Formats: sequence, structure tokens, C-alpha cells
Amino acid sequence: MDNIAGSKSSLTWAVQLSVVGLVVLWLLPTFGLFVSSFRTVEQISSSGWWKAMFPSEQNLTLRAADPDDFRMPQGDLFVVKGNLFEDEGISEAEISVWGTSSRDVAAYTAGETADLGDGETITVQSNGAYVWSGTDDQISGRGQRVFVTATTPPEFTFANYENMLLDPNNSEGMARAFFNTLTVTIPATIIPILVAAFAAYALAWMEFPGRALLIALIVGLLVVPLQLALIPLLTLHNAIGIGKGYLGTWLAHTGFGMPLAIYLLRNYMVGLPRDIIENAKVDGATDFQIFTKIVLPLSFPALASFAIFQFLWTWNDLLVAKVFLIDATGQTTVMTNQIVELLGTRGGNWEILATAAFVSIAVPLLVFFSMQRFLVRGLLAGSVK
Amino acid sequence: MHPAFQGLITIIIGVGGCVGYFYFANQFLDKVLYPAKGPKAGRNINRANQIRPWIFLFPALFVLLLYLGYPVVETLRLSLLERVPGGGYQWVGLDNYAQMASEPKFWEAMRNNMFWLIVVPALSTAFGLLAAQLTDRIKWGNVAKSIIFMPMAISFVGASVIWKLVYDGRPIEQEQIGILNAIIVGLGGDPVTFLTIPFWNNFFLMIVLVWVQTGFAMVILSAALRGIPEETIEAAIIDGASPLQIFFKIKVPQIMPTVVVVWTTITLVVLKVFDIVFAMTNGQWETQVLANYMFDKLFRANDWGVGSASAMVIMLLVTPILIWNIHSARKEMR
Repeated sequence: MDNIAGSKSSLTWAVQLSVVGLVVLWLLPTFGLFVSSFRTVEQISSSGWWKAMFPSEQNLTLRAADPDDFRMPQGDLFVVKGNLFEDEGISEAEISVWGTSSRDVAAYTAGETADLGDGETITVQSNGAYVWSGTDDQISGRGQRVFVTATTPPEFTFANYENMLLDPNNSEGMARAFFNTLTVTIPATIIPILVAAFAAYALAWMEFPGRALLIALIVGLLVVPLQLALIPLLTLHNAIGIGKGYLGTWLAHTGFGMPLAIYLLRNYMVGLPRDIIENAKVDGATDFQIFTKIVLPLSFPALASFAIFQFLWTWNDLLVAKVFLIDATGQTTVMTNQIVELLGTRGGNWEILATAAFVSIAVPLLVFFSMQRFLVRGLLAGSVK
Repeated sequence: MHPAFQGLITIIIGVGGCVGYFYFANQFLDKVLYPAKGPKAGRNINRANQIRPWIFLFPALFVLLLYLGYPVVETLRLSLLERVPGGGYQWVGLDNYAQMASEPKFWEAMRNNMFWLIVVPALSTAFGLLAAQLTDRIKWGNVAKSIIFMPMAISFVGASVIWKLVYDGRPIEQEQIGILNAIIVGLGGDPVTFLTIPFWNNFFLMIVLVWVQTGFAMVILSAALRGIPEETIEAAIIDGASPLQIFFKIKVPQIMPTVVVVWTTITLVVLKVFDIVFAMTNGQWETQVLANYMFDKLFRANDWGVGSASAMVIMLLVTPILIWNIHSARKEMR
């Protein structure tokens, strides 16, 4: 519509900039968490994620090597030589200032020599190399503590993911929850589609009394809040012996997803060409054959879009799983619940939280970006006339 | 047994059972009950065709009535009962509702819910409309749309974690790792603990839902904007209307029905949403909402009477939308 009657104006730049602004606002929060999940614990707590690409300044407490094992005689004194970073396993960093007392961590600059009294000295270079010297008495016991302010280069790691997904001893790991979520999601996506597709076909193409009433009922049920269902159904599940478990969860998701599924699929099926279906009937096909051989393949776009919806909704669900699935043993916990629990117990440990969140977000995002076309089509079929 | 293997078996049984039902029910109808051969073939086909819709519909109707119909009635009944110590129930009339009305937490939840119902649909729709209008006019609009739409795929819990990092605040001596506080401190202010400021923290929680829902509004409104006949816009341009006038006086009135649909859909999401409050504050610092209040009553306090009563309040709030939905569906079918 831009090229009508010269509406191309100086506004174009303003529009471009506003869209850039919106996109940044919408992307930034997720991006921040994503970056955080690849940083080490020290990095996350010492600087914001937006500084991840730059060297970061950290305050570290390091200790010189154990004098009893490493000291060497030099004249009538003893010295310990080494590198503070190598001893602590830190790969690379640059010291700007350092100190030997926690009250004054910036007493000396790199390369200076600190006098610890009675002739005991320590010299620390910017790369962490140190020389600590003194009498037999002074160079004994534990290694000298050094407080350094060091600049470490940016560092990214997969350790958080390894820890959360692959470590079988990590009780807070996401591996089990991941499989549980899959076990909930796959049947809870396929079963409603199957059931709803048959029902939608009946409502769209079969003649029977009460059809209009049923359609109105389903449209009405679209809005019933699922909170209403919790207690009655939990009692029912317990009474018929399926208690808390996958079967009950699938049934619950099937029930709650059903109105939208029937509504979307029926709207689509009604629009299929009448000729094809009537021709098949004349040729002697039963409704079951027409449905499986003609209508189902033709309805693929609608089936796909509902499948994506139901998949996202069941994968991301917390309430249904909390009520119908997770029991006291915690063996069947899903990822959303695992994350909420981590939020409670590990509120400040962003390396754990960020990684856990990203493990659970990754699959829906993948589905979203690969199937976005169908998702949009489904939304439009359901909402705009 | 490895969890993956266990999961696979459960899945095969679940899905297989469902496929089996449809296949064998139809086989039974056509081959055993009313076979389409022999002397009564014609009559049998007709009979089979009368029964078949109900075979097709049965599972759907069954779960609909069991999982959505029955609970409405049962919750209403439970809200009028009270558990007697030692087992059983007794009729208490409206006592549960009275008790609920006497609790300040309930009124806090009602007040907050009202704000949620006003702010979230309004902001989501407004941002969605803005994003739709702006992205339709530029070359990389589709990329921008994908990014704004993306939070739809993220769980409310995931979104809560994402925004908790944004809102994170630390004492002033330490380096800020939440971007908002980093900006505030950078500008010379004091760090703010966003989620614990009474009243305003509600709005910080609402932002999370607005962030999630805007993409949905944008996609639908953008389709509606494209559906506007070009003649009306051309005519307005010829008459000398400014872009703003065109937008507010020509475009918005024409897509009003879609705006209403989007608004209603988001309102429904707001009424049902519980995860965000549950994960971020759990109703502390005066952020309680109805859905979380109900969850507290049902599963923490174990007070099914009051819990059911608050569920009925949520039902009451959606009833106008329910009626309007049925009404417009019937109008459409005529």
C-alpha cells in the first residue's frame, strides 16, 4: 500500500527505527538468558550478560603453593615460586591490583613487592607469577593468601548443559524431566487430534439430529476455565484408580484441548469441496473410508496447525501436570515444575536456572521456527472470519 | 529401565489404544453388526450410517462432557459443601462464599485481577496493532514478526525465568546483573527490587504476559489489516488524509470485529493464567490473583469449599464471553 498516491515519506526512517526498537525489546530478555546459560558461575555473578563478549574484572582470592612441598632454599632464606592462576586452574587472566589483606585488596599494583614484615616479601606479576620469600619460620604452614583484581578474557562453556543434562548424579538435572515431558506431550498431542478429527468430520459432513446444538455446545466450552476441573477430576481419577499418572494427564489434556481442536478442524473440513466427498459416496465408499482416504489427507494444514498448538500447550503446561501427574515421589515431574522448584531453591544461581529454562525452551522454539507457517495459518483459520 | 524406553512403551500403548478404537469400532459396525451384504444389505447400510456419526463422536463427546461439562456442575456443588472432619460432606449453603468474601487475600486477588484484565489485553492489543501496522510497511517485516511472535512458543514458566533475570536487583555495592537495574544504576539511581514493591510489582508481572501475548495479537491483526479493501484507503489519501488519520479513522474501525476477538481471547488467557504469578512471586508482596488464590486454597490449605467457590468466581467472569461466543457461532451458521 506504500506506493499509492505518494505516501512514501520521511516517515520510513521513523518506522524502521520503531520496528528495530520493538524487535530489540522482544528479543533482549530471551537473549540475555541464553547468553547466561553459557557462562561460568563466576562470570554470571560478577558481570551482566551484556558484558559477556568483553573481558571482565573479577575479585579473586588465591593462595600460593604449599610451602612444605614447594619451598626452595636460597641463601639463608627460603622462596616459593609459581603462578597463582595455574595453581588454581584459571587459564588466563591479567592482574591489575592486588593485596595480601582482605581489608585492602588493592594495596599494590602488578609487579610491586609487598613487605609482609620482618623481611618476608611477596612479589606478584600481572600474569600471576609470584615470588614469596622469607625465613624458615615464615615460609611454612599454609600458602600465603593473595587478593587479586584480575581481568579475565570472555569465556563460554557447555559445562552448565553437561551438568544439567548429562550428569546422572545431579538430582536437580533435567534429563529425567525432559523424558517425562516428552511422555506427556506426544500422546497428549496425537490423541486429541485423532479424536477431534473424527468428531469434526461427523459435525461437518454427516447428517444426524442435534448437530447444530452440539456445535454450539463445543463453541461454548471453548472458554470454560480449566481451574474448574481440577478437584472434581482429581477425585474421579482417584476413584477409578488411575490416580496420578500419565494416563490421567493425557486424558485431561485431551479433554481440555478438545473444544479448540474440534472447532478448528470442523471449520476447515466444512470448507473442503463437496463434490469430492459426494462422488466418493456414490462410488460406494463408507464414511470411514472417505475420512481416512480423502478428508484426512486433505486436512493436513489444519491438522498440522492444531498439532503445533497442542504440542506447545502441553509442553509448556504447569497446572495440569501439577494436579494430575506429579506425585510425592517426584519421579514423574515435568520440566516446567522442575524449573519452578529450582526458582524456589536456587533463586540466585543463574547458571542453573538459565540452563534449565533453556533446555525446556529449546524444543518449542525449534518447533516454532520450523513450523511457523502452519501455526499462523491455524491462528487465522480459528480467529478471523 | 531407562526413562526413554519406559516413555516409549507408555506412548505406544496410549496412542495405539486410541487408533484401535476407531478401527475396530468401524470394522465391527460394517462386518459384524450390519454387514453390507446378503438379503438385507441396503437396510444394513442405512442403519450403519445412522450409528456411525455417534461412533465418530463418542470419544470426543465423552471427554468433553467428562472433562469440561461435569466439572462445572461438580465444582458448583462442592462450593456449597464443606468437608466434615472424619469424612463426608455437609451442606453449608453460601458459607464458603461468605468466608471467601471476608478474606483480605481474596479481595486483593480480585483487585489485582481487575488490573490484569484491563492492562494486559489493552497493552497486548495496542502493541500488536502497532507492530502489525509497522512491520507491514518494511522489507524485513517478516523477520521482525517472527521475533515478536516468538514468545508464544515459550512457556509461562520459561518467560518468568527470563524476566526474573531482567528484573534482578542486587545491593548497590555489587555489580548489577539485571539489565534494568544496570541501566538505573548507570544513570546514577539506586537499584530497585522490582518484584517486591507493593502495587507496582503487579504491573511488572503483567509486562511478562504482555510480552508473550503481543505476537498473537500482531499476527491476527496484521491479517485483518491486509484484508482491508484498498479503495477506501486510496479514497482517503486522495481526500488528503494524513497517515495517522488513515490509521485511526479508516483502518481501525474496519478491523474492529477482529480487535474484539483478539481482546476477548487475551482476556480469557488472563483469567486462566496462573503460572507467571506462581513462578515469580507466588502471590507474595500483594500480587495475588484469582487463579493462584484458588490453587493455594485447593492444594495448600486443602480447603476445597473455598477453592471451588473461587473457581466459580472465575467461571462467572467468563460466562458473558461464553454466551457471546455461542451467540456469534449460531449467527455464523445461519
